[in-house]
Parts: sequence; structure tokens; C-alpha cells
Amino acid sequence: MSQEHLENEYLIYEQERAAMLNNNPSNNGNPLLNQDVEQEIQGPSRTLWGDAWNRLKRNKLAMIAAVYIIFLVLVALTCDLWAPAWLGSPIAIDSGSSAGLSLLPPSAEHPFGTDLLGRDILVRIIYGTRVSLSVGVLAVSISTAIGLVMGALAAYYGGWVDVIVMRLADIFLAFPYILFVIAMLAVIGPGFQNVFIAIGILGWPSIARVFRSAILSVQENDFVSAARALGASDWRIIARHIFPNAVASIVVYATMSIGGAILTESALSFIGMGVTPPTPSWGQMINDGRTYLATAPWIMIAPGLAILTTVLSFTLLGDGLRDALDVKLKDA
Amino acid sequence: MDNLQKPLLEVKHLSKRFPIGSGLLSGLSGHVSAVDDISFDIKPGETLGLVGESGCGKSTTGKCLIRLEEPSDGTITFDGKDVGTMNKRELKDFRKEMQFIFQDPYASLNPRMTIDEIVSEPLVIHKVMDSKAERTARVKELLKVVGLNPEHINRYPHEFSGGQRQRIGIARAFALQPRLVICDEPVSALDVSIQAQVLNLLKDLQEEYNTAYLFIAHDLSVVQHISDRVAVMYLGNIVEISDWKSLYQKPHHPYTQSLLSAVPLPDPDIQRARKRIVLEGDPPSPSNPPSGCRFHTRCPIAQEICSQEKPVLKEVGPGHQCACHFAKPYPIKEASIKL
Repeated sequence: MSQEHLENEYLIYEQERAAMLNNNPSNNGNPLLNQDVEQEIQGPSRTLWGDAWNRLKRNKLAMIAAVYIIFLVLVALTCDLWAPAWLGSPIAIDSGSSAGLSLLPPSAEHPFGTDLLGRDILVRIIYGTRVSLSVGVLAVSISTAIGLVMGALAAYYGGWVDVIVMRLADIFLAFPYILFVIAMLAVIGPGFQNVFIAIGILGWPSIARVFRSAILSVQENDFVSAARALGASDWRIIARHIFPNAVASIVVYATMSIGGAILTESALSFIGMGVTPPTPSWGQMINDGRTYLATAPWIMIAPGLAILTTVLSFTLLGDGLRDALDVKLKDA
Repeated sequence: MDNLQKPLLEVKHLSKRFPIGSGLLSGLSGHVSAVDDISFDIKPGETLGLVGESGCGKSTTGKCLIRLEEPSDGTITFDGKDVGTMNKRELKDFRKEMQFIFQDPYASLNPRMTIDEIVSEPLVIHKVMDSKAERTARVKELLKVVGLNPEHINRYPHEFSGGQRQRIGIARAFALQPRLVICDEPVSALDVSIQAQVLNLLKDLQEEYNTAYLFIAHDLSVVQHISDRVAVMYLGNIVEISDWKSLYQKPHHPYTQSLLSAVPLPDPDIQRARKRIVLEGDPPSPSNPPSGCRFHTRCPIAQEICSQEKPVLKEVGPGHQCACHFAKPYPIKEASIKL
């Protein structure tokens, strides 16, 4: 290729470039400065909670878990209306008429079989849902309420308040949790009410920790400084800026904790420290079935499955919520 | 005329020290001296650029001025009032006059609030307008001023790009028409093309509202674009302060000269010909600053006196002050290529 040819090529290139620059009158010779590189945003406005819901909807496992939990709640709320009429009383002990009903295997009439006293297992599981869900929700409400206050105090005031609250939490966490609950129940006695109070009161330290760290990380953000620079009051900063951004982690943690509380209640009932008979509870039913594991395994399997599916559902839902509420994942 | 020359903000001997280690048992183990005895002033409608490398105390200075950090020492006088001794109510009134633009447009907007809520927050806090409709109208006006579509008022910050978010932050800062805005590296998180747009917007706003800026940056070319005067900071000290022309043409401090030598020049011939001054090592720790001149450990022209005596700011030209024992134009000779 000749030198001349190359020069020609270059000249053509220069001319084209000049023409390109001149063709755009708004450029004023500086194409970069006037170019609006930022695009307009399209589509309808989306709220953050709306976004989170959209993300949650796409998580199949979490949605199945949510549907299952809603189903359980409905069962627990309405079981008085239909369950006894269909399957008999969950607590009736009528040895005369039920003599022939003892330890029946699953059948059309008794889908999960019957126990030693001739009571239908399914109806007892249905009523057990009530105990499990209410213990779970009430216990977590108590520990969340205490944990939020303690965590907020520690994070917002810092210094000595922080040291005292968090060391107290450390002390609580240093004891094996289930032993601590058993010790407390040994003092205040077993029973439905005492179970959720004990689980709730002893559950606050982990919630306090989660909330404290959430507040601390939100506080580091410039938008909190910005609000302060605007002259916003402490209360406004907490209510408008810190709380709404820290609450997501609590929603996730509380959801997962419900599963944990249900498990604890079952364990307590299993060893006889929990809900007292004849009120049906899943843990207590498993204990009842222990003796007949070889001859009538359904007594134990059915409540075991109930605990498994329920706890798993709360964990999966919590998992899904954590992904859905994460602001940093702002796709779609 | 005399009134115009009176500074809007006067900073005298400002220092900020952060304690190190205050755990339960460890006690206090020392201080980080982030800002050490600096003084400057800003006149109404003027832009003072504040440059220096990371960790030299630029942002801390800005935060002390607006009392996001409490200064350890020194006085800050805004429009004749002492900012340091203000009580809660005075401080709230003062915050109408001085505002802050943050570096990170992603962290400075609350992700759970709409643009309307974010930009109208100053109006709500200071009860400037009573009705929601009035406030919304003002927010729309502000959005238009900063070059955003007013129809996006009900959107959330995560729906905007970095440059757009910085515009939202600017709209919020200008909602109360402050007389001084502290811009803490407002463009360093943005693409270069967007940087120019945002800088031009800040300039336009300044012309319109006669706002003064303290413009903090680590990039001399950005500062040159917007500043009337420039102060150069090194390790908590101001080493040179001057109007930008004099500073760029006749840097008197070796640190300023080395910073300027790092600014890329558009002319490739000059760019190739000149010598870059590369400073040795990292800046020393502000918890244990060097004796005498804080720059002497890295200074190519340091002599014995530099490690013994701390140089003070002295006049080296009209409105041009420099803190160096050997202050003169282009102190590092071998690299003194004219810019």
C-alpha cells in the first residue's frame, strides 16, 4: 500500500469527522458537555414495598410457605366450627364408647388414625395448630417488643447504655436457651400462658442485637447526616429515617423466630414442661406416641410432620422476605 | 461596597481531634488530629475550593462548619454569629442558611422516601410553607431548576441514575435558598460527562441565588472549573490559599506544585515535556503527625528547619498565602515547567 493512499484515507477520515461535528448545531464544538447522557425513566412508579412484594411473588418456595401459613392460620381460627363435628372432640376421654377406637391405623374415617384414648389424631393436630401458632406469634411479639426497645436504646444512645444493654444480652445468650426456659418454667409453672411468656422474655437478646446493628448501619448513611444538617429533630430522624430502613431486618428475623418459638414449645411439651394436657400440643402428642412407635407409628409421625412443615414454612418465608426486602437488589 | 467585602463565614483556628479507643477497659489511647488549626473565610457569593488527598481533613472541615461534627477548638462565625455556641433553636435557624451536598448520591437520599418527601423535608422541618399543595408546587419548581422532570415527584431514589440523584440532593440543599452550601466532593462519584453537567448546574444556581460555596474536592481540574479561590490542605493543615489563577500559575508550596503536576494537560506536547513530581511514600498517620512542617517527610526540598519549626501562613503575593519555609514560585526547580 502506497504512502499516498494512506494519506488519502486519513484526509477522508478527517473530513468525515469534521462534517460529523458540524452537523450537530447544538454541540458548540464540545460534544461531551452538551450531550445528555442520562436517560429518562420509564414505566409506572414503584414503591419499595411494592417492589419487595413483586420479588417475593417470584420466589416460589417462599410463596408456597406463605400460602401454607395462611392455611394454618385459617384452620386455627375456624376449627371450632367444623373439626369436632367431622372428627370428634380433640380432648374427650370417653373410655366406654372409645374402647374399640384405641390405636386405630389411618382410615377414611380417621385419616391419621387414633391414639390410645381413641381420640382422632387429625383433630388433635388441628387444635395443636392453635397452640403452636399462638405460642409462636405471642412469644415473638414479646421478645420483639423488648428487643426493639433495648436495641434502639443501645444503638441510639451508645456509650454506657450500649455497654450495659449489650452485656446484659450477652449474659442472657451465655446460658443454653432451652435450659433457661425450663428453669424459668420450673419457677412459674407450666401451662400455655407461661410457655409463651417464658419463650418471649428470654428471646429478646438476639432481636436486640439484630436491631441495634441495623440501626447502627443505617445511622452511618449520609441521608441521616443530611436530615441532621437540615435541622430535623431527633424524633424525626428516628421515625422517618432510621426506623423505616432498619425495620426490614426485624421483619425477617421475627418471621424466622416464630419457627424457632414453635420448636421450643414443642420441645417443652415433649418433656412435659409445656402446654398441659388435655390441651393438644404437637410436642406432647409426639411424647404420647413414643411408647407405640413400633405398633402405632402414626401417632408420632403425624405431629412430627406438622412441626416440620410449619417450622420449615416460617424459615422459608423469612428467607424469601430477606431477599425481597433487600433494597440493594433493585432489579426489575 | 464595604458590606459586600465582609466575609459571610469566618473560620479561625479550627481543630478537630477524634479520640482513639474508648472501649470499656481500654481507655483513651490517643487522638487523630484530623483538622489542625486552620483559618479561612468565604465572602458572599464566592466559591472557595478546598483540595487535598484522602484523609487530609477536607470533609471533616466541612462537617465541622455545619456542626455535623463538633469542632474541638476554634471559632466559626457565620454572618457575625458564633456557630459554636448556638443553642438548639439558633442552630435550627442557622441551618436554613447553610446547607450540605454529599459525595455519595446513593447514600445521601433515604431509599424509603419519595423525591417529593425528600426535597420537601427542609420545607416541612422549617415550616416554610403550611399547605401540602404549596410545598409540592415548590418541589416541582426546584426539580425543574435542577433539570429533572417534575412529573417524577412521586418516584423513589433507586429509580434514578447517579447524576440524577445528585441533582435531587442539590434540589434539597437549595430548597431553603441557603447563603452558603458546603459541597463535599459532589461530583467525584459521577462519570466525567455527568460531572461537567452537575458543575455547570452548581454554577448556574450560584449566579441565580448568589450562594457561596465551600467546594471540597481532590481533583484540581474540577476545582479550577468552579472556584474563585482555592485552599490546599495537607494532613489537617492549610498549606496554601490563594485566588485560583495565582495558585495555578505560581504555586508557592512544594505540595501544591506536586498536585498541579499530576493534573493532565490537554496539550500532549506540554504534557509529555513536563516532569511529574511523584511524592515518595504515603501520607503520615494523623494520629502521630510529623514534627515541624507536616509535609517535611515527603517534601523533595525539605531541610533541617522543616522538621523543627512549623511554618505559618504568610503573604507571598496579593491574596496569596503559603505555609512553607522556602515559599517561592515553583519551589521544586527541576519540575518548573510553566502550565
